[in-house]
Amino acid sequence: MSAILQEMSEKALKLNIPLSVQVDLTYRCNERCVHCYLDHDDHGEMTTAEIKHLLDEMADAGVFILTFSGGEIFLRKDFFELLEHARRLMFCVKLKTNAVMIREREAARLRDLHVESIQISIYSHRPEVHDAITLVPGSLKRSIDAIHFLKSQGLKVIIANVLMTQNMQDYPGVRALAAELDVECTLDPTVTPMMDGDRSTVGLGVGNGVLQQVFRDTALVGDADAYCAIPAPPGESELESTPCSAGHTACYVSPYGEVFPCVQFPLPTGNVRQQRFVDIWRHSEQMNEVRSIRLKDLTTCPSCTHAATCSRCPGLAYLEGNMRGPSSQDCEKSFARTGVPSANMLARKLAGANSSLAQAKLVQIRALPPSAGTSTAGAIA
Amino acid sequence: MSRLYLARNPRVAARSLDGEMMIMSGRDSTLFTLNRTATILWQAADGATPLDEIVEHRICNEFEVEPAEALHDAETLARELANHEILQISEEPIPPFTPAAGGSL
Repeated sequence: MSAILQEMSEKALKLNIPLSVQVDLTYRCNERCVHCYLDHDDHGEMTTAEIKHLLDEMADAGVFILTFSGGEIFLRKDFFELLEHARRLMFCVKLKTNAVMIREREAARLRDLHVESIQISIYSHRPEVHDAITLVPGSLKRSIDAIHFLKSQGLKVIIANVLMTQNMQDYPGVRALAAELDVECTLDPTVTPMMDGDRSTVGLGVGNGVLQQVFRDTALVGDADAYCAIPAPPGESELESTPCSAGHTACYVSPYGEVFPCVQFPLPTGNVRQQRFVDIWRHSEQMNEVRSIRLKDLTTCPSCTHAATCSRCPGLAYLEGNMRGPSSQDCEKSFARTGVPSANMLARKLAGANSSLAQAKLVQIRALPPSAGTSTAGAIA
Repeated sequence: MSRLYLARNPRVAARSLDGEMMIMSGRDSTLFTLNRTATILWQAADGATPLDEIVEHRICNEFEVEPAEALHDAETLARELANHEILQISEEPIPPFTPAAGGSL
């Protein structure tokens, strides 16, 4: 993060401004990725007019970085109309897409509208592996062709590679592909539960051995000894810190207008079809509860040696049943990185609990009662 | 003497944060924050109002400076912002951008 963006983030935090918002335009998709956390039906997406109105409200609320994601955003027939509206409002627009519908014409239009970046999911450099994950034959070729089109227009492309059992040996190949295409590449070893609480997808995540290999890969982490060093226990300032930007300077809006702290944190806080975006952001009881949580308030983590360096995701903790609790997936990552079990892992062992994530408690995500102004339609119910 | 017209470069991303403009360059995604004077120029840069009028009505009133000195400083600043592709400057009025008509941001 640049120094200016860091400064702006701190200012936004102080002023309670949502600097960055992801809007999913649809959950419909033309791929069927085996690890995807969404259903792919249309339960009543916001109309073009509703989304434009939302963008107007978000600009007024001070949102600067706008990420359009999905589902597959290019399945919205009004996609370019929405993008054009967003750029008129001078958002910094980022896109997340599988890119299979991007050809020369679309790439040229994206250049004309000056999107900041396009993040494209690539799971392997090998078609037989990538296409087996997307369940769409020929999808890797289509996505790579799209990257060529986008690069030829001078656009910034980022390859996003999710690490799973099916592709765990291929991330060096994806990085080599990214270098060949002259694009950035990110690697994410987290497979999230589905938004309805179903954790079956989590079993696709890689185990401790592969995580150790990744965390010791100097091409990814630089100085592996420093990266994997056992951290010092959290100090006073760390215990007073907030977990992440979710609900603090960032939030997420679903295709149905539901507002959540983050795409990975499906706690309903309101619906823009019934309330103004800024009112949900400022006054939602749930959003303010998320905002009130400091590291010292968590149930197990304050005593954990990893607390200051852990990537604990409050949304994953929420999906395990307690937004103030540990996120077992992040405990596993801290353990793989340092070899030191987390406080949560030790507590589970003492309690004789089976730490298998596949057997973690299933949480059905609750909706706000109708009186609180949340749509009952949609995937979150 | 020719007049100078300013317009916001439609390629940038921009937002006001507590009165301070945050601008992301469309050229290389560099992030800028504008000081008070630059923010006034940005907000007044409608492509139709000449710089000397902006200075007279928006800058001299706020900063209590001599018009000639203020105009000179404002022109220097406007050219600097144009070098960063934050503003467009022209000796003719700049028409508003209309992407639907086939323009490029």
